[in-house]
Amino acid sequence: MENNKERKNGNEDLKGRRPGEIKPGKGVKVKGRGPRNGKKTMKRLMSYLAEYKFRLISVMALILISSIGTVASSVFLGVLIDDYILPLTKVENPVFTGLLKILSVMACIYAAGALATLLFNRIMVVVAQRILKNVRDDMFSHMQNLSIKYFDTNNYGDIMSRYTNDTDTLRQMIAQTIPQMFSSVMTITVVLGAMIYISIPMTLVILITVLVMLRISGMIGEKAGFFFVKQQKSLGELNGYIEEMVSGQKVIKVFCREEQIIEDFDSLNEELCKNATSANKISFMMMPVMASLGNLQYVIVAIVGGLLAISGAVGGLTLGSIAAFLQLTKNFAMPVNQVAQQVNNIAMALAGAERIFELLDEPEENDEGRVVLTDACYKDGELCEADRRTDMWAWKEILDDGSVRLTELKGDVRFLDVDFGYEEGKEVLHGINLYAEPGHKIAFVGATGAGKTTITNLINRFYDISEGTILYDGIDIKNIKKSELRRSLGIVLQDTNLFTGTVMENIRYGRLSASDEEVIEAARLANAHDFIMRLPEGYNTVLEGDGANLSQGQRQLLAIARAAVNDPPVMIMDEATSSIDTRTEAIVQRGMDRLMNNRTVFVIAHRLSTVMNADVIMVLEDGRIIERGSHEKLIKEKGKYYQLYTGAFELE
Amino acid sequence: MIKTLAGCVREYKFPAIMSPVFVTLEVIMDVLIPLVMAKLIDFGIDAGDMNAVMKYGMILVLCAVLTMTFGVASSTVASVASVGFAKNLRKDMFDNVQRFSFSNIDKFSAASIITRLTTDVNNVQNAFMMIIRIAARCPLMLVFSVVMALSINVKITMVFIAVIPVLTVILFGIIKIAFPMFEKVFKTYDKLNNVVRENIRGVRVVKAYVREDYEISKFKVISDKIFRDFSQAEKVVAFNAPVMQLAVYTCMIGASWLGAKLIVGGSLTTGELVSIITYAMQILMSLMMLSMIFVMLTLARASAERDYEILIEKPDIADGDNPVTEVADGSIEFRNVDFSYAGDMDKLCLSNVNLEIKSGEVVGIVGGTGSSKSTLVQLIPRLYDVTGGEILVGGVNVKDYDMHALRNSVSMVLQKNVLFSGTVNENMRWGDPDASEEEIIKACETAQAGEFIREFPKGYETYIDQGGTNVSGGQRQRLCIARALLKKPKIIIMDDSTSAVDTATDSKIRKAFREDLPDTTKIIIAQRISSVEHADKIIVLEGGMINGIGTHEELLESNEIYREAYTSQMKGGMGLGE
Repeated sequence: MENNKERKNGNEDLKGRRPGEIKPGKGVKVKGRGPRNGKKTMKRLMSYLAEYKFRLISVMALILISSIGTVASSVFLGVLIDDYILPLTKVENPVFTGLLKILSVMACIYAAGALATLLFNRIMVVVAQRILKNVRDDMFSHMQNLSIKYFDTNNYGDIMSRYTNDTDTLRQMIAQTIPQMFSSVMTITVVLGAMIYISIPMTLVILITVLVMLRISGMIGEKAGFFFVKQQKSLGELNGYIEEMVSGQKVIKVFCREEQIIEDFDSLNEELCKNATSANKISFMMMPVMASLGNLQYVIVAIVGGLLAISGAVGGLTLGSIAAFLQLTKNFAMPVNQVAQQVNNIAMALAGAERIFELLDEPEENDEGRVVLTDACYKDGELCEADRRTDMWAWKEILDDGSVRLTELKGDVRFLDVDFGYEEGKEVLHGINLYAEPGHKIAFVGATGAGKTTITNLINRFYDISEGTILYDGIDIKNIKKSELRRSLGIVLQDTNLFTGTVMENIRYGRLSASDEEVIEAARLANAHDFIMRLPEGYNTVLEGDGANLSQGQRQLLAIARAAVNDPPVMIMDEATSSIDTRTEAIVQRGMDRLMNNRTVFVIAHRLSTVMNADVIMVLEDGRIIERGSHEKLIKEKGKYYQLYTGAFELE
Repeated sequence: MIKTLAGCVREYKFPAIMSPVFVTLEVIMDVLIPLVMAKLIDFGIDAGDMNAVMKYGMILVLCAVLTMTFGVASSTVASVASVGFAKNLRKDMFDNVQRFSFSNIDKFSAASIITRLTTDVNNVQNAFMMIIRIAARCPLMLVFSVVMALSINVKITMVFIAVIPVLTVILFGIIKIAFPMFEKVFKTYDKLNNVVRENIRGVRVVKAYVREDYEISKFKVISDKIFRDFSQAEKVVAFNAPVMQLAVYTCMIGASWLGAKLIVGGSLTTGELVSIITYAMQILMSLMMLSMIFVMLTLARASAERDYEILIEKPDIADGDNPVTEVADGSIEFRNVDFSYAGDMDKLCLSNVNLEIKSGEVVGIVGGTGSSKSTLVQLIPRLYDVTGGEILVGGVNVKDYDMHALRNSVSMVLQKNVLFSGTVNENMRWGDPDASEEEIIKACETAQAGEFIREFPKGYETYIDQGGTNVSGGQRQRLCIARALLKKPKIIIMDDSTSAVDTATDSKIRKAFREDLPDTTKIIIAQRISSVEHADKIIVLEGGMINGIGTHEELLESNEIYREAYTSQMKGGMGLGE
């Protein structure tokens, strides 16, 4: 179920991405069947296990005890018949004390076996869960430190499946496959030992028949695999069709296409039916075929054993030992089959583990910056650190000699000859020079792919520039600690991304220490208060699925409120009001202008009414700034901006 | 519910019934085999009679071959039946979804319908297969094995019969304790995945607000909960195997003790002892399987219920008797229309709307976010039914039309535009399956899409990806308009359909509409005043009510909302527009 959901979301994610803005160098990885570097992965996995080595050693010991119990139960029957029952039948007054004694001994072995099974199972599940928790925590913590690039270049569903499918196969491997494998191998060894002890020629017979059985099960498996691939393919096609059509169900209704759709659906459904039937037929066959082969094996053992015993060719083969042998036969075939099946599971789990380690091996976002942000105030005309919010900030730098240098945060951002490309050799920004004066509102306009969003991605160091310098209040942003740099910049994006939780919590995300009143104040400022009050539970309404029950415009208002409560020194608004009607936008704009009075604001919009009142408008084209100036100035120049404004040029 | 779902078996009734029949035969053979084995030991090996060994050996081989035959037969019919059942179930559901009205779709949400049609159908299929195969097998095995064991020796069988209820109680007790625990774990799992999902998607927000540590601690709380709950639940389940072993061992020791006495007493053979122990194993294994099936069926029940909901959902819009199949013209009239999505008069989205639109008119609709503009127009092609009042199209109540006739005459470009995977031509033929190439080209030209389509290397044969992701938003909108035009409708409704198109192209589309479709009623919802200012009639909506109707000039004069919207868009740019 999860898997499916993820795939769907993955698609939505693709839809949400505007092509061109961010180069999606997507290498969607197809999940391979086996691990590429099994040995290395295994080793690494072992290092997770190593932490629990004492427990694991005891688990192995317990498994051994448990397998002995299993084997003993089948050997015992022979011993019982030969050594205890048959002699008793030959005496006049049978005494059962010997039998009672051996039965008590067996009871103890059995009890120990069962107890051992219980213990190793219980220990193992906890170990497995612990390891999984560690793996998950490692993955998530590590993921938080990855660069934006990782998220932009990796398929969303693909990252997700590392948390779901891959950890799940890993859990199965640790909790089930490994102990079972170990126990199977143990049982095989012990049973084999017991068989050899009873009769070597009979053992050979068994080995040959087991080999034949394995061969046949392998053949069936291969055939089944072939049809399963076909089944999965048509299942994928059908589910994809369902997904596309049901998502567009309303359009189907509007165009009265229901019948046509059903027709196409039927043909895909038939195709799946055909392939799934073949796949299922063969795989279900496995069980009865193997059982019957087991029975045949039994017959062979009985006949050969009988011949040997009766003819007395190889001395020492007694009636009891044949009975025991027949029992052993059953105990042998099962674990051998299990091992054969588990080899597959292990390969799958290793492939999963490999994908997990791949994520863990992604290099973290590098950050050599040391300059931090601090609240500040002027005391006697001198800039000092403050211990509370003062609406004034300073960059704090600890110099080599241990002294502290404070620079007032003004919001002065300069780009000097900045070149940038998301991929090497594919430059998207060329020689950008810009100068944002403190307190100014800077707007970027331009067609999709012109590089507007890219510029903002560089200011907050979501991406690092390849050439040139970006100065923030005179400090190279490379020297500013990333988290501190980002704290100084409030960003509102077109894609809003709300989190599961109440409306209140979502707005408070901007500043965790904000009081309820401050949150409500921010919501009012963003003109979101009214619609929030109309929600069933007001501010306590729980939003789920990225605020699925809100309109895009309402979500954008919440995102603005979230930025407003953050009350940052500098603000970037990237198409933040694109889905809000112009009247509401004007109200929001007034509120934001009041909040950001005297602070630097960067605005990106394709709607010109949003950017008209900016102090400076930069027109971008193909990664270059081609025009800059105020609205009036650009209109007078009658360049690209004028064309955009008058609708002579299409902005898309 | 079971009855409705079982109705999907249809043409697969025969294999569905044959499956348990073959399973029964298979079980009978399975049960006979230990009996033959006992004979083989007693009369063959024990008696040192090689002929008997051969004889019973051959019977055994025959049994094995028969078991295999029946086994293969049962798995074949079970596959045919279960896969076929799933096919029919899926089809019935999908067909019903196609009959759904908009409000039915809203009720379930597309995402949920998809899950029900895919994952849930799968789960139900597996459950069905389990029922006709394994669920038939286990109880049979249990009963037959007990009967066989009884026929060999009543006294020893009593030992097993005593063990059965104890084991049953324990196994089901384990399920009863563990099941709610697992359900809890799965819920927590969903939460965990949700956090990961939101973090991947919202990585920019997380990083922008420097909330990495906050998110990590949030994640760790949940992952810790999973660790605790999951190990707790698994610890309970860990009792399964040892309890099973204990039961087997108890039976063995009991059988050995009693068996030994009986053998010595001469009323039991060694072969019989071996086979009675085999029966004991089979009995206990069946019990174990039964408990597993029980768990899986419980899990599948939720899926079955979700599928059932789709199957029984009644489309709430249907044609009346003797529907009208011809729409006379493009006139529209709203009479005292009230509407609520929930059908609740206290939560009206539209209240008391009265409106008259003449055939061929151009009508603009403006209004703020949430003023029910889309709701209003969706009532015209009867995508939803009014809660109160009535709507007339071409002088006839929309409820009296044949739905396809109405919708083919009222073409609507939805706000959420969707193109489907396929070529441009294929997408266009959604509007008219028999459209000629000339007609398609003409519609595209009217929608101002012709120009960019021609620039595509493959032109009208360009493949559009699912959802139309490989064309820009503006191009997508124009393709959707062209598709709607191909219906040659009497009324065309565009719900904010040119928001991503620049103003110049937008005006070209309007101009082409005026020239190419003079008789068609055109209803345009827009954010941009320039898109509607030349309309014959502009409707201003506010809070689900008509705030003003009039021409651009009239509204500028009399309507404050309209004036405000106009000035907010024209500020500083007066006189520059078109």
